[in-house]
Amino acid sequence: MLLYVLPVEIIAARELEWMEELSIQQFDFVIRRLDPLPMPPEALDPRRHQYDATTILRAALETCPPDATRLLAVTEQDICIPMLTFVFGQAQVDGTVALLSLARLRQEYHGLKPCPELFQARVRKETLHELGHTFGLFHCHDADCAMALSINIAGIDAKQDSLCSDCTAQLDNRIREVRREIGATKE
Amino acid sequence: MNSQWKILVVDDEIAMRESLAAWLREDAYTVDTAASGREALERAREAAYDIYFIDLKMPPEIGGIETMIELRKFQPDATVVIITAYATVDTAISAIKEGAQEYMVKPCNPEDLSAFVERVIQLKNLQRENLYLRKKLTRQYTFQDIISKNPRMHEIFELVREITSQRSTVLVQGESGTGKELIARAIHHAGDRSSRPFVGVSCASLAETLLESELFGHEKGSFTGAVARKQGKFELAGNGSIFLDEIGDISPKLQMDLLRVLQERKFFRIGGTTEIPMNARIIAATNRNLEEAVEEGAFRDDLFYRLNVINIRIPPLRERREDIPLLAENLISRLAIETNKEVREISREALKMLMDHDWPGNVRELENALERAIVTAHGEVLEVENFDFLATARHRQTPWEVPGDTSLAELEKRAVMAALDRTEGNIKAAANILGVDRSTLYAKLKKYGLSR
Repeated sequence: MLLYVLPVEIIAARELEWMEELSIQQFDFVIRRLDPLPMPPEALDPRRHQYDATTILRAALETCPPDATRLLAVTEQDICIPMLTFVFGQAQVDGTVALLSLARLRQEYHGLKPCPELFQARVRKETLHELGHTFGLFHCHDADCAMALSINIAGIDAKQDSLCSDCTAQLDNRIREVRREIGATKE
Repeated sequence: MNSQWKILVVDDEIAMRESLAAWLREDAYTVDTAASGREALERAREAAYDIYFIDLKMPPEIGGIETMIELRKFQPDATVVIITAYATVDTAISAIKEGAQEYMVKPCNPEDLSAFVERVIQLKNLQRENLYLRKKLTRQYTFQDIISKNPRMHEIFELVREITSQRSTVLVQGESGTGKELIARAIHHAGDRSSRPFVGVSCASLAETLLESELFGHEKGSFTGAVARKQGKFELAGNGSIFLDEIGDISPKLQMDLLRVLQERKFFRIGGTTEIPMNARIIAATNRNLEEAVEEGAFRDDLFYRLNVINIRIPPLRERREDIPLLAENLISRLAIETNKEVREISREALKMLMDHDWPGNVRELENALERAIVTAHGEVLEVENFDFLATARHRQTPWEVPGDTSLAELEKRAVMAALDRTEGNIKAAANILGVDRSTLYAKLKKYGLSR
């Protein structure tokens, strides 16, 4: 399984490595990093000073290489959807592309001192969460599970960077199916 | 699992509807989208959704509130959330007034949206559970079309179950309006005769000769007016059941004829020479005390014993008051549909009033009272005021004194005349007032030589 990591604008190597490390551990992905994608200008909502997640997701999908099993786009910008004031990320459920915003995962965004350990933990949890959606996982009612819905930063901090047993079983099944599909395509 | 809940997102902006749909899908909801109010209504007509998120303004198409009003015409319980970017107090009031459960200003906080959806789902879960439990409870108290939790009625249900496959004659006794025909139908439908005919005859509504012809049929030319051969009810019932209602009112001659049919299980058409076998099960019913009629010599004892092989005595409603809430609930849901009214329930106070009433006309009178209250009601709940006519009827009865020198027959005759006078000869309405069915009223008219 091949995961393409797509920085939208410039992303520091350290953050990309955290995401890639989690992806290898949890999904056994082979990683390929793509060149940064410029932010699509139409994604900017000037009134809200935020970027539209769906527009970025669509642009990411257009650049997605044909051999990608999944593509994980990542941006430093704060993202939203028209109905909600913000989202931490967005993904196609059981689809190919996921998007993660690092903006609100940083302590600085909330007016606090930087904390690299906390930031890394949040990046790992949300990477697992958004990629989990692309493997058909929905929000989980287990508050410890990385697939639990987080509606604020405290919700992210409360959960683990791992899956509950139910989500793990579902993910394993879906990964097996995806591997079979890839094998069939190659043949 | 959230996938059982269906949500429709209605917005003319693709970015808005697709992003909200995607966010909800991450929560496992089954989400569809519609680009206009009209498309939303088409989709909702195909299959109902549990929650509708509808944008307030979708020019040039119909707006969110109009869409909601149209939707409620065929899905009155729909949960609708009106969403808007242009919040004003007027639109918010208008949306809530028209029945929106929530009015959300976009963009909203994920916490608010998530909490709202969770709240709606919890409520929907409770509604489903409530509906399931109510259905289960009604099923538990329902036998064929008869609803009761009264132990005596359940003994009757048990007896009916035991006798359905037998051929023995059944005599159902009970006051007018207690549901004697329902019991007769239950005996028929719960058994192996259910696919065969169930033929009912009201013995009190017909003159002796007519009833004879009705029961046994006649050959062409057997009497003036017999222009063709006619099959009687015994013949039409075949291997099914024949229900002889108001059996206590038949003439001595017919009592004799009926006895012969019961003994020999065959009969002749009037004017006929061919014997016809009688295979139907006989279920007779009366509101008269047949034992007394036998003692008085008004009813043949041999016929009584033939009919009374299995006896079912239905208690009057005043002796099973615990059934009134169940019956009222069931009748309200049926009558509200039949009368096209929005009544859904009855207030606690009004129900207490019904429980305290004596119901001389039994379930039929209760049904009539509920229908009258529903027709005059405004709103979803029947209140005490809707049953004012019951209090008036009680009040009218209290100060009235029975003259000491009047016979029972005279009293009955006067009551019948007064009811007919009040209803200007309308038999159905007069029977309702008297708390008897139409066939009983016809019998009384015949008995006292009265006309409408």
